[in-house]
Amino acid sequence: MEGKAVISRKQNNVMPGETRARRSLYWQYMVEPFLYLSPAIVLIGLVMMIPLVIGISYSFQSIELLNPFNTGWVGFENYIDLWADRKFWIALENTFWWTFWSIAFQFSLGLGLALLLNTDFFGKKLFQALVFLPWAVPTFLSALTWAWLFNPVIGPLPHWLTALGILSEPYNIMGDPDLAMWGPIVANIWFGVPFFAITLLAALQSIPGELYEAAEIDGASAWQSFTKITLPFLAPMIAITVMLRTIWIANFADLIFVMTGGGPANSTQILSSYVFTTAFRKLDFGYASAIAVALLAILLVYAVFVLWLRKKLVKI
Amino acid sequence: MARIELKDVKKRYGSVEVLRDVNLDIEDGEFIVLVGPSGCGKSTLLRMIAGLEPITGGDFLIDGKRMNDVRPRDRDIAMVFQSYALYPHMDVARNMGFSMEIRKDPAAERASRVKKAAETLGLTALTERLPKALSGGQRQRVAMGRAIIRDPRAFLFDEPLSNLDAALRVEMRLEIARLHQKLGATMIYVTHDQVEALTLADRIVVLNGGDIQQVGSPLELYERPANKFVAQFIGSPTMNIVPVTGGDGEVKTADGSVIKLPHLPDCGAAVELGIRPEHIDVVDPSEGDLIGVADVVEHLGSDTNIFTVVEGLGPLMVRKHGNIPAKSGDRLGLRIQPENAHIFGPDGRALRRVLEKVG
Amino acid sequence: MTHSPKPVLAVGKYAALLAYLSFALFPLYWLLKIAVTPDQLIYTEGTNLWPSEFTFDNFRSVVFQTDFLSYFGNSLYVSLGTAAVTTLVAAGAGYAFSRFNFAGKRLLIAVMLITQMFPLLMIIAPIYKIIAGLGMLNSLTSLIVVYTAFNVPFATFLMQSFFDGIPKDLEEAAMMDGCSRFQALYKVIFPLTLPGLGATLGFVFTAAWSELLFALMLISKNEAMTFPVGLLTFVSKFSVDWGQMMAAGVLALVPSCLFFIFIQRYLVQGLTSGAVKG
Repeated sequence: MEGKAVISRKQNNVMPGETRARRSLYWQYMVEPFLYLSPAIVLIGLVMMIPLVIGISYSFQSIELLNPFNTGWVGFENYIDLWADRKFWIALENTFWWTFWSIAFQFSLGLGLALLLNTDFFGKKLFQALVFLPWAVPTFLSALTWAWLFNPVIGPLPHWLTALGILSEPYNIMGDPDLAMWGPIVANIWFGVPFFAITLLAALQSIPGELYEAAEIDGASAWQSFTKITLPFLAPMIAITVMLRTIWIANFADLIFVMTGGGPANSTQILSSYVFTTAFRKLDFGYASAIAVALLAILLVYAVFVLWLRKKLVKI
Repeated sequence: MARIELKDVKKRYGSVEVLRDVNLDIEDGEFIVLVGPSGCGKSTLLRMIAGLEPITGGDFLIDGKRMNDVRPRDRDIAMVFQSYALYPHMDVARNMGFSMEIRKDPAAERASRVKKAAETLGLTALTERLPKALSGGQRQRVAMGRAIIRDPRAFLFDEPLSNLDAALRVEMRLEIARLHQKLGATMIYVTHDQVEALTLADRIVVLNGGDIQQVGSPLELYERPANKFVAQFIGSPTMNIVPVTGGDGEVKTADGSVIKLPHLPDCGAAVELGIRPEHIDVVDPSEGDLIGVADVVEHLGSDTNIFTVVEGLGPLMVRKHGNIPAKSGDRLGLRIQPENAHIFGPDGRALRRVLEKVG
Repeated sequence: MTHSPKPVLAVGKYAALLAYLSFALFPLYWLLKIAVTPDQLIYTEGTNLWPSEFTFDNFRSVVFQTDFLSYFGNSLYVSLGTAAVTTLVAAGAGYAFSRFNFAGKRLLIAVMLITQMFPLLMIIAPIYKIIAGLGMLNSLTSLIVVYTAFNVPFATFLMQSFFDGIPKDLEEAAMMDGCSRFQALYKVIFPLTLPGLGATLGFVFTAAWSELLFALMLISKNEAMTFPVGLLTFVSKFSVDWGQMMAAGVLALVPSCLFFIFIQRYLVQGLTSGAVKG
């Protein structure tokens, strides 16, 4: 027996079966995943990637459905118009503030909620289900409801704000160009807090409990435990969530479209709602695509910047 | 029942070679254990035999028929997984009978085979339970039941006992040995535990870094390791290996002590001496080959482990049967049993065979 | 963290809990309140916390005197269709990502992640032109196709996380037991993924149920309108009947809330599985 099972290291003579093996089982292993993947690939390719390329090409064309004879390639004309378009620059600034305030409030309120949910209290399960409920509300419904709440005649908020002395009289906040943006922002905060709370809660629960016990034995106060253990542990999750969420919110036009339609006087127009109104109301696809490409470029620059920043800061 | 042959079997992941030219003949009814440190390719080899990993090159034959391209389901081989891989949504009886269910065997036959297997493994009272309601040992039995019910050509075991606690492991090891005696089927068993390998195997295949190091019966591996790796991998406690200078019929340590090895031919300058702890005798300091100073002494009752330090040689572990009245700090005479000494050349290969010719 | 907290802290904690709860529920309460307030009281009692009279007239009229049922039916059809097709497609793709290593896997995952990040509105014009070119405007089928494509990437990552949770050993054991891969999938993996499939269905349903902008662009005929589009036209078409609109809103909330309750316990799993999307 031992004789046969020698530890031989024969020369690399190719066995006759090798090529056949590659063709059959190997072939099967290569192809099989694509059987499962092909519907997804086809769908994403046809409905997202190809239109994406077409969309970019539209930005170099004049395509106005209301003006069908004025169609064709126009080079950078749309971009030149964009550069001179005051509404574009207003929308850009609005996009920044809309995203910034939405994220700032969603994150801080979400973190607070996650910390609360990470403790024990009576009726926690029910509480959790109820505070997460806004996330399930269809966007157009939240928009309508908040528009109602902000209505000076029939909504309670202006009256309450007046009673608290914040407003001098119950007037229409969403009719005031200086304040109008706060309407959609508040609705967005309401809608977005659960998302942050859920994500951060998951991260919180992954922190091993012994760390806190060790810190307590070492004499750390609750605040020190929070800043020295909780925050550093959450940091990677926070970074990635905030980045993705920023991009998502900057693209999120539904609330604004329903609540203010971008008005009054474009004071709530953000880039993505500007894309939509240009495409939907003016049917000017060329110009809408140019705005969209500009938005995409800005978001790309932002993403690259954040990733660069992360690389600089994370020195592990 | 099956005879399994591997001829120049290779496995590559991209450019990484996991197994190189494995050649192995497994006789019908043999119990083969593949053993080696983690990452040595033993599990990959088993999975290639099972058909779960494609074979990069070479030939794999069962009863003389090439099986490289045959799907796992058509190889008629059963496998017991490390995680047991019991179907969580099926009760014990259905788990065991699943392969017959798939082959659409008649329900009555299935039921009787399940019943018989359950009896063999002592699971009769548990057949209606779901896997989550079973203990680790019971799950292990169900996994084995699932394998034996099909009466396959060969059984594969992938570290089946590593999730059990020590006492259960001994019990299940015996159970597997009994099963092999009863069924007489070809079994291939993967483990990193040399005790399992030594107790179960007809032949052990030691793998390291994608190469077969040695194939042989447990005693062969213990008595005549082919190289330093096998020498240190098989046997517990581990074999002592110390550098010496070779000479004619003797070796010298760094500080000039001479160890007489009369069987040893002239073996060149720099070699290594390997000696198992149980093959060193404790004698009077004036009589030994070497003088060791006891550092730590462990009294196990049945055995005594003495960790000594030998000047010019380094640490040397000694294991003696029974209770040796030694304590830390004692100077002990150590005598190397020449018939059990191993000499390894600079390439790590054992020079043992030359030695045997004389003996 | 388990020792008894100071009473001040305890009061503060429960105050915070109450604040979160009222912030989350107040708008929904208001929605419900207006829906059950009789029309003539909506303006006079606009800011009262509690209406002096209740009525279900709004619900009755919205169901029987408007196109509500048609919108509701359309939305149900589109959302269920999208959810079913997406889950099927995503289950396949998620399975492939979870179980196979193949050339181009990283590229595909990257592409799927990118689709989660670029402005979807960017493709609203091309999609409109393509669908108009195919003569498929005002067709619910085209909505289903478009929504399915939008939701497949996220649903794929979700399904992948569920498949990752099922040991690979199980289907290998099944294959050793004589199953083909597809049989193993169907007999062993599928029953274990049922909760995951349910959660994915729920996610996609909710997303499709509330999609507005693409539906607005692609649907203009009243009989093909989905709920969000139809509801918005309440505003423009008739003199705005707020009570009816809010009643319709309450009804629209029902399916998504039902699904939400069902998928709640999978939220964390879904969101931590690599893809992060609202």
